[in-house]
Amino acid sequence: MKKLLLASAAGALLAGAAGAEEIKMGISLGLTGPLESISPAMQKGAELAMKEVSDSGKLLDGSTVTPVVADNTCIDAAASVAAVTRLVTAEGVKGVMGGMCSGETIASLEQVGVPQGVVMISPSATSPALSTIDDKGFFFRTSPSDARQGEVMADIVLERGINSVAVTYTNNDYGKGLADSFADAYKAKGGTVTVVSAHDDGKADYSAEVAALAAAGGDALVVAGYADQGGSGVIQGSLDTGAFEVFVLPDGMVNNVLVEKFGTQLENSFGQNPSAEGEGHDKFDALAKEAGFDGTSAYAGESYDAAALMLLAMQAAKSSDPTVYKDKVMEVANEPGEKIYPGELAKGLELLAAGQDIDYVGATSVELIEPGESAGVYREVDFKGGKLNVIGYR
Amino acid sequence: MDMLNALVAILNFVVIPAASYGAQLALGALGVTLIYGILRFSNFAHGDTMAFGAALVILITWGLQAIGIGLGPLPTALLALPFGIALTAVFILGTDRVVYRFYRSKRSAPIILVMASVGVMFIMNGLTRLIIGVDEIRFDDGARFLVSVQQFRAWTGLSEGLSLRVSQALTLVVTALACWALFRFLNRSRAGKAMRAYSDNEDLALLSGIDPERVVRLTWLIATALAVTAGTLYGLDKSFKVFNYFQILLPIFAAAIVGGLGNPLGAVAGGFIVAFSEVAVTYPWRKIATYLGFEPQGLLQLLSTEYKFAVSFVILIVVLLFRPTGLFRGKSV
Repeated sequence: MKKLLLASAAGALLAGAAGAEEIKMGISLGLTGPLESISPAMQKGAELAMKEVSDSGKLLDGSTVTPVVADNTCIDAAASVAAVTRLVTAEGVKGVMGGMCSGETIASLEQVGVPQGVVMISPSATSPALSTIDDKGFFFRTSPSDARQGEVMADIVLERGINSVAVTYTNNDYGKGLADSFADAYKAKGGTVTVVSAHDDGKADYSAEVAALAAAGGDALVVAGYADQGGSGVIQGSLDTGAFEVFVLPDGMVNNVLVEKFGTQLENSFGQNPSAEGEGHDKFDALAKEAGFDGTSAYAGESYDAAALMLLAMQAAKSSDPTVYKDKVMEVANEPGEKIYPGELAKGLELLAAGQDIDYVGATSVELIEPGESAGVYREVDFKGGKLNVIGYR
Repeated sequence: MDMLNALVAILNFVVIPAASYGAQLALGALGVTLIYGILRFSNFAHGDTMAFGAALVILITWGLQAIGIGLGPLPTALLALPFGIALTAVFILGTDRVVYRFYRSKRSAPIILVMASVGVMFIMNGLTRLIIGVDEIRFDDGARFLVSVQQFRAWTGLSEGLSLRVSQALTLVVTALACWALFRFLNRSRAGKAMRAYSDNEDLALLSGIDPERVVRLTWLIATALAVTAGTLYGLDKSFKVFNYFQILLPIFAAAIVGGLGNPLGAVAGGFIVAFSEVAVTYPWRKIATYLGFEPQGLLQLLSTEYKFAVSFVILIVVLLFRPTGLFRGKSV
């Protein structure tokens, strides 16, 4: 009897020891390329979550987490596929925090993530195309789809009693995706879209675009463009000719550049952009400051959350195998369960080990909706008094 | 009343914006065409000469504003313009001395001079960015509107508004003055006649005692003055962004070629043709039709605005097919 007890105790110990492993996690970001300025903070955010989990020693019986970083260049799909292939086949990562930009994310997901069976959680790819992609359950994102922004924008516009708008968008994937999703949502909710027309960035003159939009008419003009590009060219032309006085401005336009440029001329204009608020955001900010980077930098919080979600899902699934833990990602991200904020990952791991549910809130109030993307918190802003004012979150 | 509304709408959205854009293109095309007519190459650095000059004008404007000098309702940049022209001219004459003179003395083929000008373009491109940065800059001060939409509606009681900005009026007036002065100079003055003679036949001009270097210098001076004026007016009207000046090179060349390269009158006409075709062909006529008593279903738009550049290039191709030297008989290579 004594022997049996001893043997089983030893067996338990052995089993425990065998469970601990070194888990490699990939980070795929555009460290060079057009978004190279915001990548470092995103990388640090993801590494912060990995370190926190690794140091706690509570992941899968004391497994450690090692980040492996790859540069996906953001614009070059081939380079991104090569980078993620290296992460998966040469480094043997169990999950990838990335990609960064919509185009390369789609490419690396379709050519590496899905066929190789590796979970990818993107912090920043917002194209609506990623909602409908056949990801076999391997892809998630902690940023909202622009399709969602279209819905939110349509609600805001209608709530302000504006029932007919003209839409102009910057002629690229971002602008087109957002303009289409807004136009669909707005029409479905009973609004009238008089015209949807593109403008090109960096052109000499926007009189033709403004003339066309003005002729189509509408109570407001939706400008899905960039604040330091054609978007403000169109606004300038519209203000000068009196074509429109009310502008609806989505994330690419909500920017202090616009305020400096137009000041009180935007008195009646309004808009929204994705932005987190609340306890989680503040805690992450403090953690980031301690770690020596700026937590308010774009998508840094989303990166922390993406990395944390994968590790928590592993714990919930009791396995670091991506084909197993992928089914747990939605579970740990959403209700029911104890709320987990940044800096509390150890607590989350403990609860999960004890078989309890958690609801990961994280830095950006994560709430994943089907098919595995953030529901998205948007802040509604207006420009009264020549300033950028936040009026609420939705 | 409805007729008046229709007329005001066309004026406000087509005629006034296209006229001021056309004037800016015309000034630019005049410079291009002068260089082509007299120095016999297409100067690709012209757009960046505009940017470089406008950047200097902005810096001087800031200086003037800092010491409290202004022009009241007119933008301070007008006061800074002559200084900007002078400084840019010094720089441009420097590039002629360093780059173009070498090829000219070797009697190089025009294409070599064109390529040299592409090199100069890139250097000026970088220089301008170093001096003033890549950000968008607005430097218009003084009054913004001559007539604003609200005022116009209050005065006339029409439902359509009309706006005329100071910068638009200024563009038209300055362009008219510059054209008048240029044509007068070319047709009446001795130096102008020398330039035309040199343009018509270089060897004959040399035989009759015209100093070629002087003609070249004058040409650069005039082209630079036109470029800096065009650049400043464009910046006042829209805003200053280095990249946009690079983009405007294309419509400027289209204007110069449609009018006939080397022919100043053609350059002016070409500028307005390109501008009006971009704005008018893509204009949806629904509003106008409604005022005239029709009830159209669609927008009545001939082409969507994405194709506005196609319009000027279709005109360009048609002109080149049927009148290879341009509408006003320029010089064909």
